Amino acid sequence: MSVGTSSATVERAIERARRAGATAVDAVLIESDSVEARVRAAEIDFVTQARERVLGIRALVAGEHGARSASTSTSDLSPEAVDKMAEETVALARATAADPSAGLPDEAFASEIPDLALFDPADRDVDVEMRIQDARAAEAAARGADPRIDNSEGSQIGSSFSHVAYGNSAGFFGEYGTAAHSLLSEPVAKSGAGLQRDYWYTVARRLSDLESPESVGRQAAERVLRRLGAKRIATCEAPVIFDPVTAPSLLGHLISCVNGYSVYRQTSYLAGKIGESIAASSMTVIDDGTRPGGLGSKPFDGEGLQTRRTVVVDRGRLSSYLLDSYSARKLGMQSTGNATRGAGSPPSAGSTNLWLEPGRQSLDEIIASTQRGLLVTELIGMGFNPVTGDYSRGAAGLWIEGGEVVGPVEELTIAGNLAEMLMEIDAIGSDILWRGSIASPSVRISKMMIAGE
Amino acid sequence: MASNEGGEVAVSFFRDRFGMDDRSLTRALDAALEREVDYADLYFEYTVQDSVALEEGIVKSGSRHLEQGVGVRTQVAERQGYAHSDEVTVENLELAAATARAISESPSQANAVAVRGTGANAKNLYPVQTAPTEVPVSEKVELLEAIEVYARGRDSRVKQVMASVVTQHQNILIAGSDGSLSADVRPLVRLNVQVVAEGAEGRREIGYQGMGGRYDFSRLLETATWRELVDESVRVALLSLDAKACPAGTMDVVLGPGWPGILLHEAIGHGLEGDFNRKKTSAFTDRIGERVASEGVTVVDDGTLAERRGSLNVDDEGTPTQRTVLIEDGILCGYLQDRLNARLMGMKPTGNGRRESYAHIPMPRMTNTFMLAGNDDPAEILRSVQSGIYAVSFGGGQVDITSGKFVFSVSEAYEIENGKIGAPLKGATLIGNGPDVLTRVSRIGADLELDWGVGTCGKEGQSVPVGVGLPTIRLDGITVGGTAR
Repeated sequence: MSVGTSSATVERAIERARRAGATAVDAVLIESDSVEARVRAAEIDFVTQARERVLGIRALVAGEHGARSASTSTSDLSPEAVDKMAEETVALARATAADPSAGLPDEAFASEIPDLALFDPADRDVDVEMRIQDARAAEAAARGADPRIDNSEGSQIGSSFSHVAYGNSAGFFGEYGTAAHSLLSEPVAKSGAGLQRDYWYTVARRLSDLESPESVGRQAAERVLRRLGAKRIATCEAPVIFDPVTAPSLLGHLISCVNGYSVYRQTSYLAGKIGESIAASSMTVIDDGTRPGGLGSKPFDGEGLQTRRTVVVDRGRLSSYLLDSYSARKLGMQSTGNATRGAGSPPSAGSTNLWLEPGRQSLDEIIASTQRGLLVTELIGMGFNPVTGDYSRGAAGLWIEGGEVVGPVEELTIAGNLAEMLMEIDAIGSDILWRGSIASPSVRISKMMIAGE
Repeated sequence: MASNEGGEVAVSFFRDRFGMDDRSLTRALDAALEREVDYADLYFEYTVQDSVALEEGIVKSGSRHLEQGVGVRTQVAERQGYAHSDEVTVENLELAAATARAISESPSQANAVAVRGTGANAKNLYPVQTAPTEVPVSEKVELLEAIEVYARGRDSRVKQVMASVVTQHQNILIAGSDGSLSADVRPLVRLNVQVVAEGAEGRREIGYQGMGGRYDFSRLLETATWRELVDESVRVALLSLDAKACPAGTMDVVLGPGWPGILLHEAIGHGLEGDFNRKKTSAFTDRIGERVASEGVTVVDDGTLAERRGSLNVDDEGTPTQRTVLIEDGILCGYLQDRLNARLMGMKPTGNGRRESYAHIPMPRMTNTFMLAGNDDPAEILRSVQSGIYAVSFGGGQVDITSGKFVFSVSEAYEIENGKIGAPLKGATLIGNGPDVLTRVSRIGADLELDWGVGTCGKEGQSVPVGVGLPTIRLDGITVGGTAR
């Protein structure tokens, strides 16, 4: 993955597409090396190693009523294949309709490419065997935690190194390297006829930032053991606490509603609500693509614009959408530097590192101040509708009576409407957990409908 | 006798384009066998996918993707080594083989059985005149424009129309260290229509319907076909404008025919995949021969249905697909197997070894999963319910295989009062326990339907196209999650 080759391939694609008639072009080349392995009990389950490279090309053909556009990608990077794909991109663009909003950004491109500590070169020298030892250690810690844990789905490691090169016909070219390392442990515990599984994982840009294998195994074990003997509860209305593992899903729903594309398409209940109060005043949500070592960080966005810090919700008020240049143009706004760009797709809008600002209470304090309610530790299903905010998902967790956890519960659903749920947040914890690009502390919603027996 | 030109076409394609003749394949497998392994295989893929999408009245974008690569796999007891690369050359293949064999510590002198074969399959479930990715883009654009005009004309409350065509053409070649050679050419087409309707007080709702399968793209151009699809998405959006909040609690539920078969996929199918049962992490572990459903309930997984989205001539390990009975008259009788798990469990592969692409290890996956029809009149089933809900269509679902708990989101439902269909409901989620839910089946309709060809299943980060089907059934006492009392 030498630097010269990446830029040459990107430049070749841009040049060929221009020669075929494109009035504007951008191209992205993503190259990655990765390894994954899983250990189950004392045995290796699988080891995979991969090298992947994919080139994405977007061509625009401007005319009187706007630009026609198309995007292509290829994992065949031979010069002939790149030339052919560049030409096909232009031909495909000519078959689409002119769109007055299509085009490269009007905003100024990133003037510098900051080092955001997105990988540690020393980690490249770490042997696969050493990482497999980590998986073995996590597996042993999980399985050794309690005799009721006598099985597992295994403990898995992953390491990937990527190089992203992006250029466009307006003269911008930038490139950067990233890495991601992870370790996951997923034990299975048994009591009587009941089987339960749960998991814990750690993920970071640098190996030295991962939690220890023993800690991963131990936390996975704690989570699965506390699910044993789960009961059902009667249908009721009660406060619901989301722990830092499940709370980020609420932010995920919020992201889908502040995404510029949902907003201009009017498929978000938050369309047209900038400046309005949409959440409890204790709630501040920030997106920041420049967070050092962040799993969502990047030195420039998918269109070559500088990434930045954007306050999305400011003490309960909706203060910004997440926009790329296209959705910004559709809304008469400016890009927020939130263009995402995979090789296989045209730019779109998305979050970078997004989090809910922590409060002061510990989770234990939040539980202690809950008379009767549910602490959600796992959610399943896809029951969220961004158009209406309607929310209904399957849940499992711990039941709280008199400010104390009384035992595990399962096979329930929790339902509400996100618009109301965000307004009804009445406690925010201090326990933010960074384990991905979306992070949240514990959050309590004062009441939701819980369906059970 | 060439009964499947597709397989043979794929064999010559990889030979001519990448130089992968019998000798090169055997040599790469020999390299994988330089350590002691039980089995090794090579999986070559060359896939073209394209899509065209319309919104705001215009086809704003087109896309085309070319994905090629090879995966080399070795198996030693329970262990699998896998290496894949997007550079399909003989040198790279031997490098990948060296990586994949590293899971084995013992050197070996064994050679692979010389690879030979024509790639011909016993059946071709999806012959097409033209590869869907070779259909001129202009035909796809015109179809989407016609859909937009028709959808807006259906009702003035239709405010947005989004439609897209996605087509795929996949060539695969699999060579095994037992000398086997399999190949397939797999077309896949899909048409999606989503409309946003606006009603009183600015209330907005979405209606969605998609359709597709492994057949000629020209089928989608038939006016009656795509109009039915549009009518369906408009109907659901308008209906939702008047829907009221779904109640929460335990109630009797009637599932409509077709897509609600996703219940079987989530509640039963995943739990019967060989890997979870070999590892004893499924809620169905060691329950073969036991009653897991009411009498009369028979559930099958069938990869051999012509033109279906979930069908395959051969799976991604080269095993011919088949019809596997999972539950017969209420008794659990079979698992879905790939090669590895079948061997370790002393069973036969069932043609369910599937993978998303060359960049993934195969694992046991469903194809088309459905319940066979019963004898009851669907209208009679509805009349039998005093108070409950009638669920006609679903969004998505998910299952926790170990605890057996599953959930799925209802996208079209009605209340039932005294045997009559009442007001439409929104925001409902059904939740239950896999090994228990089919024991609650009290009526089975005679009206088995398969879905429209839109299912995609995710497992361990891999997506594969699947199908489901169901006759109208009644389930007694299911938990329904809604917001109303």
